Amino acid sequence: MNIMSLVNALPGAAAQGLIWGIMAIGVYITYRILDIADLTVDGSLCTGGAVCIMMMLKGNNVWVSMAAAFGAGMAAGLVTGLLHTFMGIPAILSGILTQLGLWSVNLKIMGKANQAINVDKYQLLVSLRFIKNVPFYKNTILVVALITVVLIVILYWFFGTELGCSLRATGCNDKMARAQGINTDFSRVLALMISNGLVALSGGLLAQYQGFADINMGRGAIVIGLAAVIIGEAVFSRIFHNFGLKLLAVSFGSIIYYLVLQVVIWRGIDTDLLKLLQAAVVAVFLAIPVWQERYFSKPVKKGGNS
Amino acid sequence: MLEVKNISKTFNPGTVNEKQALKGLSLTLRDGDFVTVIGGNGAGKSTMLNAIAGTWKVDEGQILIDGVDVTKYPEHKRAVFLGRVFQDPMNGTAATMGIEENLALALRRGDKRTLRIGINKEERKLYRDMLAKLGLGLENRLTSKVGLLSGGQRQALTLLMATLKKPKLLLLDEHTAALDPKTAAKVLETTESIVNQDRLTTLMITHNMRDAIHIGNRLIMMNNGRIIYDVSGEEKAKLTVEDLMHKFAEASGEEFANDRMMLAR
Repeated sequence: MNIMSLVNALPGAAAQGLIWGIMAIGVYITYRILDIADLTVDGSLCTGGAVCIMMMLKGNNVWVSMAAAFGAGMAAGLVTGLLHTFMGIPAILSGILTQLGLWSVNLKIMGKANQAINVDKYQLLVSLRFIKNVPFYKNTILVVALITVVLIVILYWFFGTELGCSLRATGCNDKMARAQGINTDFSRVLALMISNGLVALSGGLLAQYQGFADINMGRGAIVIGLAAVIIGEAVFSRIFHNFGLKLLAVSFGSIIYYLVLQVVIWRGIDTDLLKLLQAAVVAVFLAIPVWQERYFSKPVKKGGNS
Repeated sequence: MLEVKNISKTFNPGTVNEKQALKGLSLTLRDGDFVTVIGGNGAGKSTMLNAIAGTWKVDEGQILIDGVDVTKYPEHKRAVFLGRVFQDPMNGTAATMGIEENLALALRRGDKRTLRIGINKEERKLYRDMLAKLGLGLENRLTSKVGLLSGGQRQALTLLMATLKKPKLLLLDEHTAALDPKTAAKVLETTESIVNQDRLTTLMITHNMRDAIHIGNRLIMMNNGRIIYDVSGEEKAKLTVEDLMHKFAEASGEEFANDRMMLAR
Protein backbone atom coordinates (compact mmCIF):
# COMPACT_ATOMS: atom_id res chain seq x y z
CA MET A 1 0.00 0.00 0.00
CA ASN A 2 2.87 2.32 -0.75
CA ILE A 3 1.41 5.57 -2.03
CA MET A 4 4.46 6.11 -4.25
CA SER A 5 3.76 2.91 -6.15
CA LEU A 6 0.34 4.31 -6.98
CA VAL A 7 1.71 7.70 -8.01
CA ASN A 8 4.26 5.99 -10.22
CA ALA A 9 1.56 3.91 -11.87
CA LEU A 10 -0.81 6.78 -12.62
CA PRO A 11 0.89 8.20 -15.77
CA GLY A 12 0.80 4.75 -17.33
CA ALA A 13 -2.85 4.42 -16.39
CA ALA A 14 -3.58 7.80 -17.96
CA ALA A 15 -1.80 6.77 -21.16
CA GLN A 16 -3.80 3.56 -21.33
CA GLY A 17 -6.96 5.51 -20.65
CA LEU A 18 -6.18 7.85 -23.53
CA ILE A 19 -5.55 4.97 -25.91
CA TRP A 20 -8.75 3.20 -24.88
CA GLY A 21 -10.45 6.58 -25.15
CA ILE A 22 -10.06 6.47 -28.92
CA MET A 23 -11.84 3.13 -28.90
CA ALA A 24 -14.52 4.63 -26.64
CA ILE A 25 -15.07 7.43 -29.16
CA GLY A 26 -15.73 4.69 -31.71
CA VAL A 27 -18.21 3.12 -29.31
CA TYR A 28 -19.84 6.53 -28.80
CA ILE A 29 -20.50 6.77 -32.55
CA THR A 30 -22.45 3.52 -32.63
CA TYR A 31 -23.95 3.59 -29.14
CA ARG A 32 -24.98 7.23 -28.91
CA ILE A 33 -25.21 8.49 -32.49
CA LEU A 34 -26.45 5.35 -34.24
CA ASP A 35 -28.26 3.97 -31.16
CA ILE A 36 -26.78 0.49 -31.64
CA ALA A 37 -24.63 -1.45 -29.18
CA ASP A 38 -22.04 -2.81 -31.59
CA LEU A 39 -20.23 -5.85 -30.21
CA THR A 40 -17.88 -6.05 -33.20
CA VAL A 41 -15.41 -3.97 -31.21
CA ASP A 42 -14.30 -6.90 -29.05
CA GLY A 43 -12.90 -8.42 -32.23
CA SER A 44 -11.94 -5.37 -34.26
CA LEU A 45 -9.74 -3.98 -31.46
CA CYS A 46 -7.55 -7.05 -31.74
CA THR A 47 -7.72 -6.91 -35.55
CA GLY A 48 -6.28 -3.42 -35.37
CA GLY A 49 -3.52 -4.50 -33.02
CA ALA A 50 -2.71 -7.57 -35.09
CA VAL A 51 -2.61 -5.72 -38.41
CA CYS A 52 -0.52 -2.90 -37.00
CA ILE A 53 2.05 -5.20 -35.38
CA MET A 54 2.32 -7.58 -38.35
CA MET A 55 2.72 -4.69 -40.78
CA MET A 56 5.48 -3.23 -38.63
CA LEU A 57 7.21 -6.58 -38.26
CA LYS A 58 7.20 -6.76 -42.07
CA GLY A 59 9.10 -3.48 -42.08
CA ASN A 60 6.34 -0.96 -42.77
CA ASN A 61 6.33 2.54 -41.38
CA VAL A 62 4.32 2.96 -38.17
CA TRP A 63 1.88 5.44 -39.76
CA VAL A 64 1.28 3.15 -42.74
CA SER A 65 0.70 0.29 -40.30
CA MET A 66 -1.80 2.29 -38.29
CA ALA A 67 -3.60 3.38 -41.46
CA ALA A 68 -3.82 -0.30 -42.41
CA ALA A 69 -5.21 -1.09 -38.95
CA PHE A 70 -7.84 1.61 -39.45
CA GLY A 71 -8.73 0.12 -42.83
CA ALA A 72 -8.99 -3.38 -41.37
CA GLY A 73 -11.34 -2.08 -38.67
CA MET A 74 -13.48 -0.42 -41.32
CA ALA A 75 -13.68 -3.74 -43.16
CA ALA A 76 -14.87 -5.41 -39.95
CA GLY A 77 -17.49 -2.66 -39.56
CA LEU A 78 -18.53 -3.19 -43.17
CA VAL A 79 -19.17 -6.87 -42.48
CA THR A 80 -21.29 -6.11 -39.41
CA GLY A 81 -23.11 -3.40 -41.36
CA LEU A 82 -23.95 -5.74 -44.22
CA LEU A 83 -25.05 -8.50 -41.84
CA HIS A 84 -27.36 -5.97 -40.21
CA THR A 85 -28.75 -4.18 -43.28
CA PHE A 86 -28.40 -6.42 -46.32
CA MET A 87 -29.05 -9.65 -44.41
CA GLY A 88 -31.49 -8.19 -41.91
CA ILE A 89 -29.86 -9.64 -38.79
CA PRO A 90 -30.45 -7.67 -35.56
CA ALA A 91 -27.57 -5.29 -34.83
CA ILE A 92 -26.40 -6.97 -31.61
CA LEU A 93 -26.33 -10.40 -33.23
CA SER A 94 -24.54 -9.04 -36.31
CA GLY A 95 -21.81 -7.69 -34.05
CA ILE A 96 -21.51 -10.98 -32.18
CA LEU A 97 -21.21 -12.92 -35.44
CA THR A 98 -18.49 -10.64 -36.79
CA GLN A 99 -16.68 -10.71 -33.47
CA LEU A 100 -16.70 -14.51 -33.47
CA GLY A 101 -15.48 -14.68 -37.06
CA LEU A 102 -12.76 -12.15 -36.33
CA TRP A 103 -11.27 -14.51 -33.74
CA SER A 104 -10.15 -16.78 -36.59
CA VAL A 105 -9.21 -13.87 -38.82
CA ASN A 106 -7.05 -12.39 -36.07
CA LEU A 107 -5.31 -15.71 -35.47
CA LYS A 108 -4.60 -15.99 -39.21
CA ILE A 109 -3.25 -12.44 -39.35
CA MET A 110 -0.86 -13.10 -36.47
CA GLY A 111 -0.14 -16.76 -37.24
CA LYS A 112 -0.32 -17.48 -33.51
CA ALA A 113 -2.11 -16.17 -30.46
CA ASN A 114 0.47 -13.57 -29.54
CA GLN A 115 2.95 -11.46 -31.51
CA ALA A 116 5.48 -9.32 -29.71
CA ILE A 117 7.30 -6.30 -31.10
CA ASN A 118 10.59 -5.08 -29.72
CA VAL A 119 10.53 -1.43 -28.79
CA ASP A 120 14.30 -1.14 -29.32
CA LYS A 121 14.25 -2.52 -32.85
CA TYR A 122 11.17 -0.83 -34.25
CA GLN A 123 10.15 2.81 -34.45
CA LEU A 124 7.07 2.63 -32.25
CA LEU A 125 4.88 5.70 -31.84
CA VAL A 126 3.83 4.85 -28.30
CA SER A 127 5.10 2.49 -25.65
CA LEU A 128 4.93 1.99 -21.92
CA ARG A 129 8.66 2.73 -22.04
CA PHE A 130 7.87 6.23 -23.38
CA ILE A 131 6.09 7.44 -20.27
CA LYS A 132 9.03 8.65 -18.23
CA ASN A 133 12.59 9.72 -19.01
CA VAL A 134 11.90 10.52 -22.66
CA PRO A 135 11.90 13.88 -24.48
CA PHE A 136 8.46 15.43 -24.02
CA TYR A 137 7.58 15.15 -27.73
CA LYS A 138 8.06 11.39 -27.54
CA ASN A 139 5.96 11.06 -24.42
CA THR A 140 3.14 8.63 -25.09
CA ILE A 141 0.60 10.69 -23.17
CA LEU A 142 1.30 13.73 -25.36
CA VAL A 143 1.36 11.72 -28.59
CA VAL A 144 -1.95 9.98 -27.91
CA ALA A 145 -3.50 13.21 -26.66
CA LEU A 146 -2.55 14.90 -29.95
CA ILE A 147 -3.91 12.01 -32.01
CA THR A 148 -7.14 12.16 -29.98
CA VAL A 149 -7.53 15.89 -30.56
CA VAL A 150 -6.91 15.51 -34.30
CA LEU A 151 -9.47 12.69 -34.49
CA ILE A 152 -12.04 14.72 -32.55
CA VAL A 153 -11.53 17.70 -34.88
CA ILE A 154 -12.02 15.47 -37.93
CA LEU A 155 -15.12 13.83 -36.43
CA TYR A 156 -16.52 17.21 -35.39
CA TRP A 157 -16.12 18.41 -38.97
CA PHE A 158 -17.53 15.21 -40.44
CA PHE A 159 -20.69 15.11 -38.32
CA GLY A 160 -21.36 18.69 -39.36
CA THR A 161 -21.34 17.86 -43.06
CA GLU A 162 -24.40 16.84 -45.07
CA LEU A 163 -23.29 13.23 -44.92
CA GLY A 164 -22.54 13.38 -41.20
CA CYS A 165 -25.91 15.00 -40.48
CA SER A 166 -27.63 12.21 -42.40
CA LEU A 167 -25.91 9.68 -40.12
CA ARG A 168 -27.10 11.51 -37.02
CA ALA A 169 -30.63 11.73 -38.40
CA THR A 170 -30.60 7.98 -39.08
CA GLY A 171 -29.66 7.22 -35.49
CA CYS A 172 -32.17 9.67 -34.08
CA ASN A 173 -35.23 8.85 -36.20
CA ASP A 174 -34.81 6.52 -39.14
CA LYS A 175 -38.39 6.93 -40.29
CA MET A 176 -37.86 10.66 -40.64
CA ALA A 177 -34.47 10.08 -42.26
CA ARG A 178 -35.97 7.90 -44.99
CA ALA A 179 -38.78 10.40 -45.53
CA GLN A 180 -36.05 12.97 -46.18
CA GLY A 181 -34.46 10.71 -48.76
CA ILE A 182 -31.64 9.36 -46.63
CA ASN A 183 -30.57 5.79 -47.36
CA THR A 184 -30.59 4.63 -43.74
CA ASP A 185 -28.95 1.30 -44.57
CA PHE A 186 -26.00 3.12 -46.09
CA SER A 187 -25.83 5.45 -43.08
CA ARG A 188 -25.71 2.52 -40.67
CA VAL A 189 -22.99 0.72 -42.60
CA LEU A 190 -20.90 3.88 -42.88
CA ALA A 191 -21.20 4.69 -39.18
CA LEU A 192 -20.25 1.13 -38.23
CA MET A 193 -17.22 1.37 -40.51
CA ILE A 194 -16.02 4.66 -39.03
CA SER A 195 -16.60 3.37 -35.51
CA ASN A 196 -14.69 0.15 -36.02
CA GLY A 197 -11.93 1.98 -37.88
CA LEU A 198 -11.37 4.06 -34.75
CA VAL A 199 -11.54 0.98 -32.54
CA ALA A 200 -8.91 -0.78 -34.65
CA LEU A 201 -6.71 2.31 -34.64
CA SER A 202 -6.94 2.26 -30.87
CA GLY A 203 -6.03 -1.45 -30.98
CA GLY A 204 -2.96 -0.62 -33.07
CA LEU A 205 -1.83 1.94 -30.51
CA LEU A 206 -2.57 -0.39 -27.63
CA ALA A 207 -0.52 -3.21 -29.16
CA GLN A 208 2.42 -0.87 -29.61
CA TYR A 209 1.99 0.45 -26.11
CA GLN A 210 2.06 -2.95 -24.45
CA GLY A 211 4.63 -4.29 -26.92
CA PHE A 212 2.52 -7.11 -28.32
CA ALA A 213 -0.75 -7.97 -30.01
CA ASP A 214 -2.72 -10.69 -28.30
CA ILE A 215 -5.77 -12.65 -29.41
CA ASN A 216 -7.49 -11.77 -26.12
CA MET A 217 -6.70 -8.07 -26.08
CA GLY A 218 -10.22 -7.03 -27.12
CA ARG A 219 -12.14 -9.15 -24.68
CA GLY A 220 -14.70 -6.98 -22.92
CA ALA A 221 -13.70 -3.91 -24.94
CA ILE A 222 -17.34 -2.94 -25.50
CA VAL A 223 -17.84 -2.79 -21.72
CA ILE A 224 -14.83 -0.53 -21.26
CA GLY A 225 -16.07 1.63 -24.13
CA LEU A 226 -19.53 1.92 -22.63
CA ALA A 227 -18.04 2.67 -19.22
CA ALA A 228 -15.99 5.50 -20.71
CA VAL A 229 -19.01 6.92 -22.53
CA ILE A 230 -21.17 6.77 -19.41
CA ILE A 231 -18.53 8.16 -17.04
CA GLY A 232 -17.74 10.94 -19.50
CA GLU A 233 -21.40 11.89 -19.73
CA ALA A 234 -21.99 11.62 -15.99
CA VAL A 235 -19.07 13.91 -15.16
CA PHE A 236 -19.14 16.40 -18.03
CA SER A 237 -22.67 16.49 -19.48
CA ARG A 238 -23.59 19.63 -17.53
CA ILE A 239 -20.68 21.64 -18.88
CA PHE A 240 -19.96 20.06 -22.29
CA HIS A 241 -22.75 20.67 -24.79
CA ASN A 242 -20.82 21.03 -28.02
CA PHE A 243 -20.44 17.82 -30.01
CA GLY A 244 -16.63 18.03 -30.09
CA LEU A 245 -16.53 18.50 -26.32
CA LYS A 246 -18.84 15.52 -25.88
CA LEU A 247 -16.30 13.39 -27.72
CA LEU A 248 -13.58 14.85 -25.51
CA ALA A 249 -15.68 13.90 -22.47
CA VAL A 250 -15.64 10.29 -23.68
CA SER A 251 -11.84 10.37 -23.80
CA PHE A 252 -11.75 11.90 -20.31
CA GLY A 253 -14.22 9.25 -19.16
CA SER A 254 -11.82 6.58 -20.32
CA ILE A 255 -8.91 8.20 -18.49
CA ILE A 256 -10.96 8.45 -15.30
CA TYR A 257 -11.91 4.81 -15.69
CA TYR A 258 -8.27 3.70 -15.93
CA LEU A 259 -7.15 5.92 -13.06
CA VAL A 260 -9.88 4.49 -10.84
CA LEU A 261 -8.99 0.99 -11.99
CA GLN A 262 -5.38 1.65 -11.02
CA VAL A 263 -6.45 2.76 -7.56
CA VAL A 264 -8.57 -0.36 -7.18
CA ILE A 265 -5.63 -2.55 -8.19
CA TRP A 266 -3.36 -0.64 -5.83
CA ARG A 267 -5.80 -1.28 -3.01
CA GLY A 268 -5.02 -4.94 -3.60
CA ILE A 269 -8.18 -6.35 -5.15
CA ASP A 270 -7.93 -9.85 -6.55
CA THR A 271 -7.36 -9.04 -10.24
CA ASP A 272 -9.29 -12.14 -11.26
CA LEU A 273 -12.38 -10.26 -10.12
CA LEU A 274 -11.73 -7.17 -12.26
CA LYS A 275 -13.95 -8.15 -15.19
CA LEU A 276 -16.82 -8.97 -12.84
CA LEU A 277 -16.37 -5.58 -11.24
CA GLN A 278 -16.31 -3.89 -14.64
CA ALA A 279 -19.49 -5.62 -15.72
CA ALA A 280 -21.24 -4.77 -12.46
CA VAL A 281 -20.22 -1.10 -12.57
CA VAL A 282 -21.38 -0.66 -16.19
CA ALA A 283 -24.64 -2.51 -15.47
CA VAL A 284 -25.42 -0.18 -12.58
CA PHE A 285 -24.52 2.94 -14.58
CA LEU A 286 -26.72 1.79 -17.48
CA ALA A 287 -29.57 1.23 -15.03
CA ILE A 288 -29.34 4.62 -13.35
CA PRO A 289 -31.15 6.65 -16.05
CA VAL A 290 -33.85 3.96 -16.23
CA TRP A 291 -34.31 3.99 -12.46
CA GLN A 292 -34.38 7.76 -12.40
CA GLU A 293 -37.16 7.70 -14.96
CA ARG A 294 -39.09 4.97 -13.19
CA TYR A 295 -38.77 5.82 -9.52
CA PHE A 296 -37.67 9.41 -9.17
CA SER A 297 -39.25 11.36 -12.00
CA LYS A 298 -42.08 13.74 -11.25
CA PRO A 299 -45.44 12.65 -12.68
CA VAL A 300 -45.58 14.98 -15.68
CA LYS A 301 -47.77 14.37 -18.70
CA LYS A 302 -45.88 12.38 -21.28
CA GLY A 303 -45.80 13.19 -24.98
CA GLY A 304 -45.35 16.66 -26.32
CA ASN A 305 -48.72 18.10 -27.23
CA SER A 306 -48.98 21.81 -26.80
CA MET B 1 -49.21 13.55 -61.26
CA LEU B 2 -49.99 10.39 -59.28
CA GLU B 3 -51.25 7.20 -60.84
CA VAL B 4 -52.03 4.29 -58.59
CA LYS B 5 -53.03 1.27 -60.64
CA ASN B 6 -54.79 -1.64 -59.08
CA ILE B 7 -52.58 -2.06 -56.00
CA SER B 8 -53.09 -4.78 -53.41
CA LYS B 9 -51.40 -5.46 -50.10
CA THR B 10 -51.90 -8.28 -47.64
CA PHE B 11 -50.24 -8.16 -44.23
CA ASN B 12 -49.13 -11.32 -42.42
CA PRO B 13 -50.16 -13.63 -45.28
CA GLY B 14 -50.78 -17.23 -44.29
CA THR B 15 -51.22 -16.47 -40.58
CA VAL B 16 -54.24 -15.97 -38.37
CA ASN B 17 -53.50 -12.25 -38.49
CA GLU B 18 -53.78 -12.15 -42.26
CA LYS B 19 -55.31 -8.87 -43.33
CA GLN B 20 -55.91 -7.75 -46.87
CA ALA B 21 -55.50 -4.02 -46.38
CA LEU B 22 -55.70 -2.91 -50.01
CA LYS B 23 -57.80 -4.66 -52.61
CA GLY B 24 -57.03 -3.57 -56.13
CA LEU B 25 -57.10 0.12 -55.36
CA SER B 26 -56.72 2.63 -58.20
CA LEU B 27 -56.46 6.38 -57.97
CA THR B 28 -55.32 9.13 -60.32
CA LEU B 29 -54.51 12.64 -59.16
CA ARG B 30 -54.18 15.59 -61.47
CA ASP B 31 -51.59 18.28 -61.01
CA GLY B 32 -52.66 20.57 -58.18
CA ASP B 33 -55.39 18.31 -56.80
CA PHE B 34 -55.92 18.67 -53.05
CA VAL B 35 -57.66 15.47 -52.04
CA THR B 36 -59.06 14.70 -48.61
CA VAL B 37 -59.36 11.03 -47.65
CA ILE B 38 -61.91 9.76 -45.14
CA GLY B 39 -62.99 6.32 -43.98
CA GLY B 40 -63.41 4.22 -40.87
CA ASN B 41 -60.59 2.60 -38.91
CA GLY B 42 -58.94 -0.15 -40.91
CA ALA B 43 -60.33 1.17 -44.19
CA GLY B 44 -56.82 1.27 -45.65
CA LYS B 45 -56.23 5.04 -45.69
CA SER B 46 -52.83 5.01 -44.03
CA THR B 47 -51.97 1.82 -45.88
CA MET B 48 -52.59 3.60 -49.16
CA LEU B 49 -50.32 6.48 -48.16
CA ASN B 50 -47.62 4.08 -46.99
CA ALA B 51 -47.89 2.17 -50.27
CA ILE B 52 -47.32 5.41 -52.19
CA ALA B 53 -44.45 6.41 -49.87
CA GLY B 54 -42.84 2.99 -50.22
CA THR B 55 -42.76 1.97 -46.54
CA TRP B 56 -43.01 -1.56 -47.97
CA LYS B 57 -43.59 -2.93 -51.44
CA VAL B 58 -47.10 -3.64 -52.73
CA ASP B 59 -48.03 -7.21 -53.64
CA GLU B 60 -49.62 -6.23 -56.95
CA GLY B 61 -50.16 -3.15 -59.04
CA GLN B 62 -48.18 -0.16 -60.13
CA ILE B 63 -47.48 3.30 -58.76
CA LEU B 64 -46.39 6.20 -60.97
CA ILE B 65 -45.43 9.62 -59.67
CA ASP B 66 -45.01 12.36 -62.25
CA GLY B 67 -44.81 9.69 -64.94
CA VAL B 68 -42.03 7.74 -63.19
CA ASP B 69 -42.75 4.15 -62.24
CA VAL B 70 -41.68 4.06 -58.59
CA THR B 71 -43.22 0.68 -57.75
CA LYS B 72 -39.82 -0.89 -57.18
CA TYR B 73 -38.17 2.17 -55.60
CA PRO B 74 -37.19 1.90 -51.93
CA GLU B 75 -38.63 4.46 -49.53
CA HIS B 76 -35.64 6.81 -49.50
CA LYS B 77 -35.58 7.00 -53.30
CA ARG B 78 -39.25 7.88 -53.50
CA ALA B 79 -38.65 10.68 -51.03
CA VAL B 80 -37.33 12.71 -53.97
CA PHE B 81 -40.94 13.17 -55.07
CA LEU B 82 -42.70 13.22 -51.72
CA GLY B 83 -43.27 15.44 -48.73
CA ARG B 84 -44.69 13.60 -45.74
CA VAL B 85 -46.21 14.52 -42.40
CA PHE B 86 -47.14 11.74 -40.00
CA GLN B 87 -49.85 11.43 -37.39
CA ASP B 88 -47.41 11.19 -34.51
CA PRO B 89 -45.53 14.48 -34.08
CA MET B 90 -42.51 12.45 -32.88
CA ASN B 91 -42.13 10.75 -36.26
CA GLY B 92 -41.46 13.64 -38.60
CA THR B 93 -38.46 15.27 -36.96
CA ALA B 94 -35.16 14.30 -35.34
CA ALA B 95 -35.59 15.22 -31.67
CA THR B 96 -31.93 15.39 -30.70
CA MET B 97 -31.04 17.68 -33.59
CA GLY B 98 -31.61 21.43 -33.83
CA ILE B 99 -34.48 23.12 -35.69
CA GLU B 100 -32.11 24.40 -38.37
CA GLU B 101 -30.43 21.00 -38.68
CA ASN B 102 -33.80 19.36 -39.29
CA LEU B 103 -34.64 21.95 -41.92
CA ALA B 104 -31.24 21.51 -43.55
CA LEU B 105 -31.85 17.76 -43.82
CA ALA B 106 -35.18 18.51 -45.48
CA LEU B 107 -33.74 21.07 -47.90
CA ARG B 108 -31.45 18.33 -49.22
CA ARG B 109 -34.19 15.78 -49.72
CA GLY B 110 -33.38 13.81 -52.85
CA ASP B 111 -29.88 15.29 -53.17
CA LYS B 112 -26.69 13.35 -52.71
CA ARG B 113 -25.32 13.93 -49.22
CA THR B 114 -21.79 15.20 -49.67
CA LEU B 115 -18.97 16.36 -47.43
CA ARG B 116 -20.04 19.97 -47.80
CA ILE B 117 -20.97 21.74 -44.62
CA GLY B 118 -24.44 20.72 -43.41
CA ILE B 119 -25.92 24.22 -43.06
CA ASN B 120 -24.70 27.43 -44.66
CA LYS B 121 -25.41 31.07 -43.91
CA GLU B 122 -27.91 31.85 -46.68
CA GLU B 123 -29.96 28.86 -45.61
CA ARG B 124 -30.22 30.16 -42.08
CA LYS B 125 -31.79 33.35 -43.37
CA LEU B 126 -34.25 31.34 -45.47
CA TYR B 127 -35.16 29.23 -42.46
CA ARG B 128 -35.66 32.25 -40.26
CA ASP B 129 -38.01 33.82 -42.82
CA MET B 130 -40.00 30.65 -43.30
CA LEU B 131 -40.28 29.96 -39.57
CA ALA B 132 -41.43 33.54 -39.00
CA LYS B 133 -44.32 32.88 -41.39
CA LEU B 134 -45.50 30.04 -39.15
CA GLY B 135 -46.04 32.59 -36.39
CA LEU B 136 -44.90 30.27 -33.62
CA GLY B 137 -41.85 32.24 -32.54
CA LEU B 138 -39.50 29.53 -33.77
CA GLU B 139 -37.48 31.95 -35.91
CA ASN B 140 -35.39 32.91 -32.89
CA ARG B 141 -34.79 29.36 -31.77
CA LEU B 142 -32.93 27.99 -34.79
CA THR B 143 -30.44 25.99 -32.75
CA SER B 144 -32.92 24.68 -30.16
CA LYS B 145 -33.33 20.94 -30.10
CA VAL B 146 -36.58 19.86 -31.73
CA GLY B 147 -37.27 17.58 -28.76
CA LEU B 148 -38.03 20.71 -26.72
CA LEU B 149 -40.90 21.76 -28.98
CA SER B 150 -44.59 21.06 -28.39
CA GLY B 151 -46.49 18.61 -30.58
CA GLY B 152 -48.12 21.42 -32.55
CA GLN B 153 -44.81 23.15 -33.13
CA ARG B 154 -43.26 19.90 -34.25
CA GLN B 155 -46.09 19.23 -36.72
CA ALA B 156 -45.82 22.75 -38.11
CA LEU B 157 -42.07 22.27 -38.47
CA THR B 158 -42.56 18.89 -40.13
CA LEU B 159 -44.98 20.51 -42.55
CA LEU B 160 -42.42 23.14 -43.38
CA MET B 161 -39.77 20.43 -43.85
CA ALA B 162 -42.09 18.44 -46.13
CA THR B 163 -42.63 21.45 -48.38
CA LEU B 164 -39.30 23.25 -48.08
CA LYS B 165 -38.19 21.53 -51.24
CA LYS B 166 -41.36 21.56 -53.32
CA PRO B 167 -42.58 17.95 -53.48
CA LYS B 168 -44.45 16.47 -56.45
CA LEU B 169 -46.91 15.07 -53.97
CA LEU B 170 -47.61 15.95 -50.34
CA LEU B 171 -48.82 13.11 -48.12
CA LEU B 172 -50.53 14.12 -44.87
CA ASP B 173 -51.47 11.19 -42.66
CA GLU B 174 -53.94 12.60 -40.11
CA HIS B 175 -51.30 15.11 -39.21
CA THR B 176 -53.58 17.05 -36.86
CA ALA B 177 -55.19 14.07 -35.10
CA ALA B 178 -52.77 14.04 -32.16
CA LEU B 179 -53.15 17.76 -31.46
CA ASP B 180 -55.62 19.65 -29.30
CA PRO B 181 -58.44 21.31 -31.30
CA LYS B 182 -56.99 24.81 -31.22
CA THR B 183 -53.51 23.71 -32.30
CA ALA B 184 -55.02 21.37 -34.88
CA ALA B 185 -56.94 24.27 -36.42
CA LYS B 186 -53.79 26.36 -36.57
CA VAL B 187 -51.73 23.59 -38.20
CA LEU B 188 -54.55 22.96 -40.68
CA GLU B 189 -54.66 26.64 -41.55
CA THR B 190 -50.91 26.60 -42.15
CA THR B 191 -51.33 23.49 -44.29
CA GLU B 192 -53.91 25.19 -46.50
CA SER B 193 -51.86 28.31 -46.94
CA ILE B 194 -48.69 26.37 -47.88
CA VAL B 195 -50.54 24.03 -50.25
CA ASN B 196 -52.39 26.88 -51.95
CA GLN B 197 -49.34 29.07 -52.24
CA ASP B 198 -47.23 26.39 -53.93
CA ARG B 199 -50.19 24.69 -55.67
CA LEU B 200 -49.04 21.36 -54.25
CA THR B 201 -50.71 18.11 -55.23
CA THR B 202 -51.85 16.77 -51.87
CA LEU B 203 -53.40 13.71 -50.29
CA MET B 204 -54.69 14.41 -46.78
CA ILE B 205 -56.22 11.80 -44.51
CA THR B 206 -58.55 13.22 -41.91
CA HIS B 207 -61.06 11.99 -39.39
CA ASN B 208 -62.88 15.28 -39.40
CA MET B 209 -65.65 15.18 -42.00
CA ARG B 210 -66.21 18.89 -41.84
CA ASP B 211 -62.56 19.50 -42.72
CA ALA B 212 -62.76 16.87 -45.42
CA ILE B 213 -65.61 18.75 -47.05
CA HIS B 214 -64.31 22.27 -46.66
CA ILE B 215 -60.69 21.69 -47.56
CA GLY B 216 -59.40 20.75 -50.99
CA ASN B 217 -61.07 20.26 -54.34
CA ARG B 218 -61.74 16.54 -54.14
CA LEU B 219 -62.79 14.00 -51.54
CA ILE B 220 -62.46 10.25 -51.51
CA MET B 221 -64.03 7.83 -49.06
CA MET B 222 -62.41 4.47 -48.40
CA ASN B 223 -63.78 1.29 -46.96
CA ASN B 224 -62.32 -2.18 -46.70
CA GLY B 225 -59.26 -1.51 -48.86
CA ARG B 226 -61.13 0.22 -51.69
CA ILE B 227 -62.27 3.66 -52.70
CA ILE B 228 -66.05 3.65 -52.40
CA TYR B 229 -66.82 7.27 -53.15
CA ASP B 230 -64.95 9.91 -55.14
CA VAL B 231 -66.32 13.40 -55.55
CA SER B 232 -64.85 16.70 -56.68
CA GLY B 233 -65.52 20.28 -57.69
CA GLU B 234 -69.01 21.74 -57.36
CA GLU B 235 -70.53 18.54 -56.18
CA LYS B 236 -68.03 18.25 -53.33
CA ALA B 237 -68.53 21.84 -52.25
CA LYS B 238 -72.24 21.18 -51.80
CA LEU B 239 -71.73 18.11 -49.60
CA THR B 240 -72.87 17.99 -45.99
CA VAL B 241 -71.73 15.69 -43.21
CA GLU B 242 -75.13 13.97 -43.39
CA ASP B 243 -74.59 13.33 -47.09
CA LEU B 244 -71.30 11.65 -46.32
CA MET B 245 -72.81 9.46 -43.62
CA HIS B 246 -75.54 8.47 -46.02
CA LYS B 247 -73.07 7.77 -48.82
CA PHE B 248 -71.05 5.61 -46.52
CA ALA B 249 -74.03 3.50 -45.46
CA GLU B 250 -75.12 3.19 -49.07
CA ALA B 251 -71.73 2.23 -50.50
CA SER B 252 -70.57 -0.04 -47.74
CA GLY B 253 -73.89 -1.44 -46.59
CA GLU B 254 -72.92 -0.62 -43.00
CA GLU B 255 -73.75 2.12 -40.59
CA PHE B 256 -71.01 4.69 -40.27
CA ALA B 257 -70.60 4.12 -36.59
CA ASN B 258 -67.06 5.14 -35.91
CA ASP B 259 -66.78 7.03 -32.63
CA ARG B 260 -64.19 9.50 -33.79
CA MET B 261 -66.18 10.18 -36.94
CA MET B 262 -69.33 10.89 -34.95
CA LEU B 263 -67.49 13.25 -32.67
CA ALA B 264 -65.99 15.06 -35.58
CA ARG B 265 -69.38 16.17 -36.86
